[in-house]
Amino acid sequence: MIGIEQYLGLSAVLFVIGIFGIFLNRKNVIVVLMSIELMLLAVNINFVAFSVHLGDMVGQVFTLFILTVAAAEAAIGLAILVVFYRNRGAIDVDDVNAMKG
Amino acid sequence: MVIVTLVFYLFAAIAVASAMMVVLSRNPVHSVLWLILTFFSAAAIFILMGAEFIAMLLMIVYVGAVAVLFLFVVMMLDVDFAKLRGSVAQYTPLGLLIGLILIAELGMAYGTWIFAKDAPEMRAAVMPAPDQVENTAAIGQILYTDYVYMFQAAGLILFVAMIGAIVLTMRHRPDVKRQNILTQIYRDPAKSVELKDIKPGQGL
Repeated sequence: MIGIEQYLGLSAVLFVIGIFGIFLNRKNVIVVLMSIELMLLAVNINFVAFSVHLGDMVGQVFTLFILTVAAAEAAIGLAILVVFYRNRGAIDVDDVNAMKG
Repeated sequence: MVIVTLVFYLFAAIAVASAMMVVLSRNPVHSVLWLILTFFSAAAIFILMGAEFIAMLLMIVYVGAVAVLFLFVVMMLDVDFAKLRGSVAQYTPLGLLIGLILIAELGMAYGTWIFAKDAPEMRAAVMPAPDQVENTAAIGQILYTDYVYMFQAAGLILFVAMIGAIVLTMRHRPDVKRQNILTQIYRDPAKSVELKDIKPGQGL
């Protein structure tokens, strides 16, 4: 029988893989964005697992909002990436120091 | 029930393995394709949980829009991805360490955690029985009533994101000729056609 623990475990593993991916591909912004998508997917699995387990619809509604924000974030992130590539001819994150911050 | 368990572990294993391939793959195009497989497996797990609307949304929004956007950008940018992979060995120990610490912390949290006693009473929107109201209809019933302002805000977020993406990526190139409709409309036929009286037998 599949309880909520199995779903939470799966989501924890996916979340940690997302974090690991951010560390592993620090220079490649595209894969970093994909890792963020993985982490958001893990959060969604958590939300839906609790929603189904407790019988509360609100978790699934919030999953919808997370999906919206994730789509917006991916669109803006990739747009910034395209502009950055157009200006610098590379997507190396180490070069993002124009503001000397 | 045995079949449900088997299906869960099958799709969970596919999801975890393809998520690892997203992270470890050398070619970002392969990463995107593995990401699509991860989303498909997650959608199957959502269906297993009985959240079929979220599963379909995941397919349409993530696989249909976000993953295709990623694929588009990866193929449009002419980047030497092999060079970007150069520092992977440098960051792997730190990433593994933080990943292990995080999963140990999550494991400790999940091991000792229990629901609150009054958790069933604190539900904001009790899920109707699936044989009476379907999942999609149940979501619609509270999304368009209790959460209508947040729904509008979600639409606003997408609108702002769309405008932002257009503003960021649009550029006016000076070497491209564009149609100027106003000058076309205000063109005077009397000035634009010049009549010349040519005498026969002579050129211009």
